[in-house]
This record gives sequence, structure tokens and C-alpha cells, in this order.
Amino acid sequence: MSRKVALFATCLGDQLWPEVVQATADVLQRAGCVVTFDPAQTCCAQPAFNSGYQQEAKAVARRFVEIFERADAIVAPSGSCTAMVHRYPHLFRDEPAWRARAEAVAHKAFEFSSFLVRELGVTDVGATLRARVAWHDACHGLRELGVHDEPRALLAAVRGLELVDLRTGEACCGFGGTFAVKFPELSTAMLDHKLSALDERVDVLSAIDSSCLMQIRGRLQRRGSRVRALHLAEILAST
Amino acid sequence: MNSMRPETFAANAREALADATLTGALRRATDTFADRRAAAIGAVPDWQELRTRAAAIKAHTLARLDHYLEQFVANAEKAGAVVHWARDANEACAIVRDLAAARGSKRLVKSKSMATEEIHLNAALAQDGREPVETDLGEWIIQLAGETPSHIIVPAIHKTKEQIGELFVDKLGIPPSSDPQVLAAEARTRLRAHFAAADLGISGVNFGVAETGTILVLENEGNARMTTTLPAVHVAVMGIEKVIPRFADLETFLRLLPRSGTGQHLTTYQSMLTGPDPTGQGPRELHVVLLDNGRSRIVADELMRQTLACIRCGACLNACPVYQSIGGHAYGSVYPGPIGAILTPQLQGMHSAGTLPFASSLCGACKDVCPVKIDIPTLLLELRRRAVEGEPAAAPGAPASLPTRRKPLEALGWRLWSWVTRSPARFRAASALTRLGQKLPFAKQLFGPLRAWQSTRNAPELAKRSFRSQWRGPVR
Repeated sequence: MSRKVALFATCLGDQLWPEVVQATADVLQRAGCVVTFDPAQTCCAQPAFNSGYQQEAKAVARRFVEIFERADAIVAPSGSCTAMVHRYPHLFRDEPAWRARAEAVAHKAFEFSSFLVRELGVTDVGATLRARVAWHDACHGLRELGVHDEPRALLAAVRGLELVDLRTGEACCGFGGTFAVKFPELSTAMLDHKLSALDERVDVLSAIDSSCLMQIRGRLQRRGSRVRALHLAEILAST
Repeated sequence: MNSMRPETFAANAREALADATLTGALRRATDTFADRRAAAIGAVPDWQELRTRAAAIKAHTLARLDHYLEQFVANAEKAGAVVHWARDANEACAIVRDLAAARGSKRLVKSKSMATEEIHLNAALAQDGREPVETDLGEWIIQLAGETPSHIIVPAIHKTKEQIGELFVDKLGIPPSSDPQVLAAEARTRLRAHFAAADLGISGVNFGVAETGTILVLENEGNARMTTTLPAVHVAVMGIEKVIPRFADLETFLRLLPRSGTGQHLTTYQSMLTGPDPTGQGPRELHVVLLDNGRSRIVADELMRQTLACIRCGACLNACPVYQSIGGHAYGSVYPGPIGAILTPQLQGMHSAGTLPFASSLCGACKDVCPVKIDIPTLLLELRRRAVEGEPAAAPGAPASLPTRRKPLEALGWRLWSWVTRSPARFRAASALTRLGQKLPFAKQLFGPLRAWQSTRNAPELAKRSFRSQWRGPVR
């Protein structure tokens, strides 16, 4: 079934990892979607919201609503940014008109892997990657959106790929936005606990969120690890 | 570790992380409790329904707290208990001190209670030379060591058996041992003597049943049973939020609490006390001190009210990756972990505890395990907002309090961020500037957050070209 999808690149994806966003668009198109990208978009407002600056966050969230409210479906390569959009009705709880518009937008905002599996009913996107992959359950996707089985189903269909069970798969990577720079040692200790379960069987640690992967990749590189951090979309776009 | 304050959370955390014995003990213990909890709830098919029911009972009760408290007091008094109201910690401590003084009590014993930790009751009684002996093994260890509990239900979770063995050698003069059996036997012998001699027993309260006036104390060592039955006088300190409407509601909470806390199906002892003992074998007097200490203010706030639904099981501590890494003392507050991070700022104010809502990665593991479904991440976010925007007015017409954690430079930074981010043109311009800036060799050292990031992790760089400048439009 062909679906019209408005791509939300996320600010990190747009500015730091365009290849992840491109991979997301490619996979969606391969799955039969018509993908559009509105260059008026910027950010979901989560950085300010999570720091307590809700007035500043609201101004950015209103823009998001205006840009995306005409879309059929909004898809982002991030559970965290999608979960933020799902929080808009709470953010505008004292402004009925904006709350209604926010609810409409939240209803059609989807995280990439769950959109493929739940909305399109697709698990095999025709990808091939010879690698042993461990999965990081990014917190907001896992606990706010219930994303757990979807990425595993998608990975299971990738030719040549072996999914390795990670004991600390559901443990937080320690990123947490400004938390990672407010408490760098604590943030890193949480990450090191997560990474302590990696062993020589693993080539790639993957997730649905570029923010977690920024934290994970930065530490793996600092330690000189041979394990690569890859976004799910990059794996699914591999042929 | 006991001098730690919430304001210095970042430094407290660093200090905890540098202690390998501490972090090792915490990881083992929290993993064990989390595993036991998972196994215990796995055997309950209607676990989610139980949580939903418990949350509903608590929400209902807290919305009509005055009604249920009146009912509880009437029924407790009918059964012969004496009920005292304490507006704050000072009043509560004064009530207990006066009760002990009037009776000339000399030997006081106490079972584990977070409410009495909250009001610093031991220190208050010590002023009269009446410091109670803690009788929960963990609490007794903490008291011997001159420390404070670092966990809601496992006060000495931060200590290894070796450290406890050394403490016993030092304080009790016993031969060296790190065998838990030997150490527990030593504690039992010594505590028995205190029970036998005690003339006043102090406990907390897990639940107060409005329709019967019954108080419940849950525990595993039998020490609370003895504390509440052997001395002639029993004083129970109960937060006003502990009341539940019906005896039948216990069916829900007694299934949830032990499984969430220690992974037990039931606690070993469940003492249900309705008035003093009419046969005269048990306590001749039962006093219940109802503690407000900021709770009625929290109840008045509809969003924050759910904080008081907490049944103090400690599951959120065991599940929290921050708590698992640094333990309870780093929070610098009586209540540590995720529940402490939302409760403490509300009880003692943002001024001294406004850092705690920021001491979380917002991973949400706490919300997942909470037996009464407190939405801790949402409350953390709301408290962060209040920390930088100020708190709402306490009463209609009263002024809102000023923000306590608004740093001028940070606030300016977020205003600038918002101004840039709501315009694609400004966003493009800012990212172009950053692309130029990151080419400067010293750029990463100039910008504080990036410096903090790079202390342990390689920093990413902006891509040569953003996605927006590469997008060629949809493929049809």
C-alpha cells in the first residue's frame, strides 16, 4: 500500500548524520511510500523541554505543528523525537486550541521501525548485511512508544545478519540530552555498564536513535573499539 | 558520605563513582533485587490490572484525603489509639519527645521507618538522652556506623559484608568475620537484650485503614513485631498519605508491595494493629502521629499529587541506572533515587533540592516498575520547569515563587536557541556558522558543554552538507 510520508529528519539527523536520514527515506521509498521533506522543519523542541524551558520549547513546538499538521503521516528516524511530539498535548495542556492541533499531529507521528512494521506491515525490506549485530533499546522508543519487537523483526529479515542478544540491551546508554554534559562522569558510567556486555561476537551496536548512537559511538571510538555504532536505517538500506 | 547535600549532586556522584567497592556492592544488590522482582511479578498474571487498581485507589483516596483521614482517626480512636496531628517535623518530634518524657521512658527501640528519618527523630530524641536503638539489621548497622540509610528498604545496601564485619570488630569488639550468619547472630543476641528492656517502641506505618483504624507494619526480621508489641508504649509515625479506604484494599497492596520491593510474595511479618492490646499483654498505649510536613501542599497540586501514591517499595531505586551507578547518599536527601528526586524538592523546597529533578537521564525505567504507576518522568520534567520558571502560586492571588535554578546565561542560551530554531532561515545560518566554527582548532575547547562531552567521549562533527541541502525530492 502506497503511503504519503512527511519525513522529519530531526535536527541531529539533518545536521550531523544526513546519511541516516537519506537511508530512512530510501527504505521508506523501497517500501512503497512517497516521501516528502519540508525544509521549513528544524527541531522537535525536546532539548529545551527537557531542560525545563517550556516557554522556549512551546515556541518551537508550535512551528512543528504548523509545518506538519497537513501531513498524512510523519516519520522520524528517532523514538525520542517522536515521543516528544507525543508529549505536545501535555505541553499545551493549558491552551485548548493548540492542544487540539497538537493531538492531531501526535496521532500521526511515527517512529521509523514501528511505522514500517505496524503501519505498513513490512518486515523484509530486501536488505543484506554480513554482520553480527547487538541491539540497544533506546529508552523513549522502548518505554514511551512500546518499540521492542519491530526493529528485531526488521533485523531478522536482513540477509547475512546475525542478531546477538545483549544482556544490557534495555539499559539506558546514559545520554539523556543535557544530562550527558551536566554529569559527564555519571553519564559515561551508565554507558560503560551498558557496553560491559559487549563481547567479541559483536560487530555492530545498533539503535533507532542517533542521539544514543552519538553517545555510544563517541565512547567506542575513545576506547579504540572495533565495534561500530549504526542506525537501524543504515542497516536496512544496505544491499 | 553523610554530609552530602542535593546542591552538590554532581560532585557527590563523582565521589561515589570513584569508590569501586561502593559501585560494585550497588550493582550486585540492585541487579539481585531487580531479578527477584522480575521473577516474582512474572508469576502474577494480572500484574498490570493490580497496578491499575492500586493507582486508582490511591488517586481516589488522595482526592478525598480529608474525608479518609477523619474516618481513620475516628476508628483508630474508637479502638483506643491516641491520634496526634503534626504539621511539620518539629511538631512531630516534639510530640514523641513529650510522650517519652511524660512516661519517663528510658530505653527506646525503633523499627525501620522512612517517616522518622524524614523528621530526624533520632537526633531529636538524642537531645533528651533518649536516642532509640534501631532494630532492623540494616538500620542497626547504619546506626553503629553513624551513617544515614542509602536505600528506602535496604538501608545498608551500600555496604559489603566485609565492611560490616570490620564495623562489628570495631564497635562491638567481636572476633573478625565476614560471614553473614555469624554477623546476624551477633546482632540478634544484642538486639534481644534491647527488646527485653525497652519501655517505648517507635515504628512507621505502611498502611492506615480508614474503615477500621488499623495500622500495618510490614517487615522481614520480626523486629517490628517486637518493637510494636513488647514495650508498654507504641508510637507510630504515619505520613498522612498512608491512609487507604478499606481493609479489602490491602488485598491489592499486599500483593504489590513485597513483590516490587524485595521480590517476595509476602513479607515475613505483617503486623496489623488496631488500638492497644485489650488483654494487657501487649502495649497499653498506642499513639499514632499523623505527619503532614508539606504533604497537604502536594495534595493540593493536581498534577504533582500522584507523588504521594508512593508505597515506598524501592523498586524505582533498583531499576534506576543513576541509582545503580552511584547509590543513595549522592542525592543528599532522606529519600534517594527517582522517588526522592520528585519527593524531596516538594517536601523541602526547590531552593535546597532543585538539582535533584535534573539528576536523571529520563529513561523511564522507574515508571515501568512503579507498582502504583507514578509517572515519575513527567513529574521530573514539571519540576525542572518550576526550577527555571518559578513555582505556581501557593494560593489564588498569592505571588508565584521565583525560579530557583535559573542561571542567566543558560536562560539566555535557551531563548537564543528557541529564536534560532523556530525559523528555518536562522537555523540554516546558525548551522553554517557552526560549520565554519568547528574548523577552528580550539573550537571544541571553547564551548563548555563540548568540553564536558569530550572528557570521556569523542565528539561528533556537523556533516559537510546537511540533509536539507542534499535532498532532491521524492522518488516517484
